[in-house]
Amino acid sequence: MSILVQKPGILTTVQDLGRFGYRRFGINPNGAMDHIAMRLINILLGNDENEAVLEMHFPAPQLVFESDAVFSLGGADFEAELDGEQVGNWRQIAAKKGDVLKFAGKIAGNRSYLAVKGGFKINPWLGSASTNAVANIGGFDGRKFESGDRIEINEQLISTKADPRQISASLIPVYSKFPTVRIIAGGEFADLTGESQDALVKQNFTISNASNRMGFRLLGYPLALADPLEMISAATNYGTIQLLPDGQLIVLMADGQTAGGYPRVAHVVSRDLPLLAQLGANDKVAFHLITGHEPEDLAVEFERELSFFRIGCRLQANLK
Amino acid sequence: MDDETIRIFPLGDSALTVEFSNTISEPINKKAIALANRIEEKSFPGFIESVPAYASTTIFYDLVRVRKHFPDLPTAFNAVKDIAENVLKTLDDSDESVSRTVEILVHFDATSALDLAHVSEARGLTPAQVIEIFTSRTYRVFMLGFLPGFTYMGEVDDRIATPRKESPRTMLPKGSVGVAGKQTGIYSLESPGGWQILGRTDVEMFTPAADQPTLLQPGDEVRFIAAS
Repeated sequence: MSILVQKPGILTTVQDLGRFGYRRFGINPNGAMDHIAMRLINILLGNDENEAVLEMHFPAPQLVFESDAVFSLGGADFEAELDGEQVGNWRQIAAKKGDVLKFAGKIAGNRSYLAVKGGFKINPWLGSASTNAVANIGGFDGRKFESGDRIEINEQLISTKADPRQISASLIPVYSKFPTVRIIAGGEFADLTGESQDALVKQNFTISNASNRMGFRLLGYPLALADPLEMISAATNYGTIQLLPDGQLIVLMADGQTAGGYPRVAHVVSRDLPLLAQLGANDKVAFHLITGHEPEDLAVEFERELSFFRIGCRLQANLK
Repeated sequence: MDDETIRIFPLGDSALTVEFSNTISEPINKKAIALANRIEEKSFPGFIESVPAYASTTIFYDLVRVRKHFPDLPTAFNAVKDIAENVLKTLDDSDESVSRTVEILVHFDATSALDLAHVSEARGLTPAQVIEIFTSRTYRVFMLGFLPGFTYMGEVDDRIATPRKESPRTMLPKGSVGVAGKQTGIYSLESPGGWQILGRTDVEMFTPAADQPTLLQPGDEVRFIAAS
């Protein structure tokens, strides 16, 4: 069972939830930028949440199913058409052998995910299927897809019919071209001038076109430190917002380096990383600072709701 | 060291950093590595990984799992902070694991040593003197980062310490050995980079297929040997 890549799209890679345990060796986790989208469609298909998926950008690939398969799309809406018919996100779709999956236009978001029921056959590297584009390893041959590549799918023991089950609307991220993203203060937030602390949350930033899976550069009114800081390199995280010497900000994304030496003014909360991850060049973002247990509560509440969805999917599968 | 200087702060909602100081020193780096190792050995429900840096240790965790296992604490951050503080109390100098010394053969020929002439000229030395000074020291691997297997080592002799290039090279060959101020490092992969390149090694710093994918680890010691 396989999918043939007829056209590769601009940047299509294999990702999962990331490669952990190796940051101390300079090996960053990589993984899906919009981890919520990939988890949702994997759960919907009855897969392990960490099952490898395709992460697609626009222009997106053109794919041919070389066998019957059930798949699901999530994240960005690229106007998917299977065999000429619009299929949407967040549901199970049955593909017949020979069906062509195309993406007609960029409706919302910048990263779309494709999961197949049963998962793709990917040799893990250090426990993960994610693509490390710097070291050219992991995922599919350590690289983005090219025309003529063939992705193997694990044999499905169960039916190749699509199930009508749905994802509850409250779980699906509400993407926007101008989201407000919640942040928590970073280790050097207090070192900003009072004016810059205000400016961080009171202005709108524009995503620069020098933005990619490593980092999003933000354009805005420059921020400043009250006094110069001597910084030495320390670990960074997905969502770390660093202050560059010119006063502009960079948000480290899924392929960001494991360590950095710029002031860490804030961090995007996990719950809102997908909203940021779906932005593209010239989109805008505003930040809202939250404190105390609120950032953690957001994650705990989301996981609780997700666990209901997971149980529901399992029950439904067992009833068959 | 004085515990009052230790700062513990969130690195996002799923990690915290224990910062010992803002300086590069061997005793502090030893503490950072020992803390990272002890947390990893000890582990806790929801622990993901611990990452030592020059003078800090970052602990990554699954906040939802931590919260579940420590329901009496207001946040996962508080729980992991408590764990880190308790481990810190028990750290002493005997915790330092025995470091390995790794010898690395370096070519200082003209095609490898892209900035040897520049560094020599800038520091008023001959290229031979720069090589002599550079290879006469043992360097400590303070941390890895930037690239898989890229080592931040120190300290380079003041006589040859040279700031990084004003504008980084768009591509440096794999194995390039460079200095940036008092730091030295090896480009484990072909990469853009701004360090002053003194030579190049054929030793593989990064072997993806191996269980231990990098040659060097934090705390190792390195001696550069000039290839004849």
